[in-house]
Amino acid sequence: MSSGVSQPDQPAERSGESPDLFAKFDPIIAQRETLLATGVEDPFSLVMERVLSPTRAVCNGRDTILLGTYNYMGMTFDPDVIAAGQRALADFGSGTTGSRVLNGTYRGHREVEEALRDFYAMDHAMVFSTGYQANLGIISTIAGKGDYIVLDIDSHASIWDGCALGNAEVVPFKHNDIDAMEKRLRRIPEGAGKLVVLEGVYSMLGDIAPLKEMVQVAKAHGAMVLVDEAHSMGFIGENGRGVVEAQGVIDEVDFIIGTFSKSVGTVGGFCVSNHPKFEILRLVCRPYVFTASLPPSVVATAATSIRKLIHAGEKRARLWGNSQRMHGGLRELGFTLGTEEPQSAIVAVIMPDLERGAAMWEALLREGLYVNLARPPATPANMTLLRCSLCAEHSEEEVEAILGMFARAGRAVGII
Amino acid sequence: MDRADVDSRIRALIEPFNKKNVEVADSTTFAGDLEFDSLTVMDFVAAIEDEFDIIITMNQQAEIETYGELVTAVCSLAGR
Repeated sequence: MSSGVSQPDQPAERSGESPDLFAKFDPIIAQRETLLATGVEDPFSLVMERVLSPTRAVCNGRDTILLGTYNYMGMTFDPDVIAAGQRALADFGSGTTGSRVLNGTYRGHREVEEALRDFYAMDHAMVFSTGYQANLGIISTIAGKGDYIVLDIDSHASIWDGCALGNAEVVPFKHNDIDAMEKRLRRIPEGAGKLVVLEGVYSMLGDIAPLKEMVQVAKAHGAMVLVDEAHSMGFIGENGRGVVEAQGVIDEVDFIIGTFSKSVGTVGGFCVSNHPKFEILRLVCRPYVFTASLPPSVVATAATSIRKLIHAGEKRARLWGNSQRMHGGLRELGFTLGTEEPQSAIVAVIMPDLERGAAMWEALLREGLYVNLARPPATPANMTLLRCSLCAEHSEEEVEAILGMFARAGRAVGII
Repeated sequence: MDRADVDSRIRALIEPFNKKNVEVADSTTFAGDLEFDSLTVMDFVAAIEDEFDIIITMNQQAEIETYGELVTAVCSLAGR
């Protein structure tokens, strides 16, 4: 027992020659202070005081339309989903307090894995506590010492961290460049194991990958293929199985990684696969073993939501309509967008620099609109982006209202 | 592969990335002296990989800080 728990924080005085370990953060502290000194509201300290629906919340005291939540299918307030969560909370308690391989597998965990197998029509499904952990765990476990991981340079942080946690050789290639990928695969020493890691939708610009060609090339070189479909589940592809389905290569890929925190509307991550030895990962994948499993209410909401997404054709159509209207409307207004045509439910508006990006973000918030401000180093080519993610539940009126807000804010800040 | 030959081919490749015309010696560092950011590093590495038909993995890149270390690494990789 520590005797210090009731004492106030006492900054230690350092002596000797050792540097302050926090010195490495000085540049980012300075950048943040410069930005906030302009008087802009802090883009990274927003508080949602009340959430009214998948598309509305009270943010920093204002009634706000949400256009930056990845809540693509609007399942967060679905009555069946809520009821399933409430039942599980009452019947199974607030948490499992255990690892999936010990006391943390309840009936609900099996049921959500069954729902995933049905959704993807695949043999195996493994649920992680977050999408981040799914990439971290699968990539670091299956690619070991002497193996090669070939991945797109614009891959999500969870993919890079999966590479960093493991012991494989890591070989990045230029974003969506089939030729660059092929060359690197060709140069890998004979006999080495190969894993190609791709994403269906890249979340920064909302562009999709040429998976049909890339998966073919990867397979021709004997590589296993993992595709992260976090931003496509539920609405891209005839059954919402992702870009792999839309481009007809779902049977060629070895692993699909996904998340419950976007279209499914809760939290958690997963991997689905037809690999005959897949189930062994439950014993050897450390980010799966050494953490507590998801709470019963979360897996119950996820299972209900996934089963409803199987039959969500109408929602898929509405979401595509919203994405097309938003993309076309913003182009007409004169904004520069991340893609020529709408390719997903993400529309990225490219800002000239961080200062005007932050000013635009704040002007939109004052209008009553929340979007994501994305800035280096998370963005490709050091761009500052206002990332808009549409929801199937945005009404046509809301989409038109959003375009009006962008027009006023864009003119006020001097971007259009 | 001849070190002088590798050296001159890399020198030619570095030119478009050497915006400030820093004089390049074996001890020149990429991050410090040449001020390469991560995007520049990616493009520069890709150019070398294509020139010599090799791969320099991220793991190997992490060990290379100076121009001289790069030439040594390329000689070894291209000689295999």
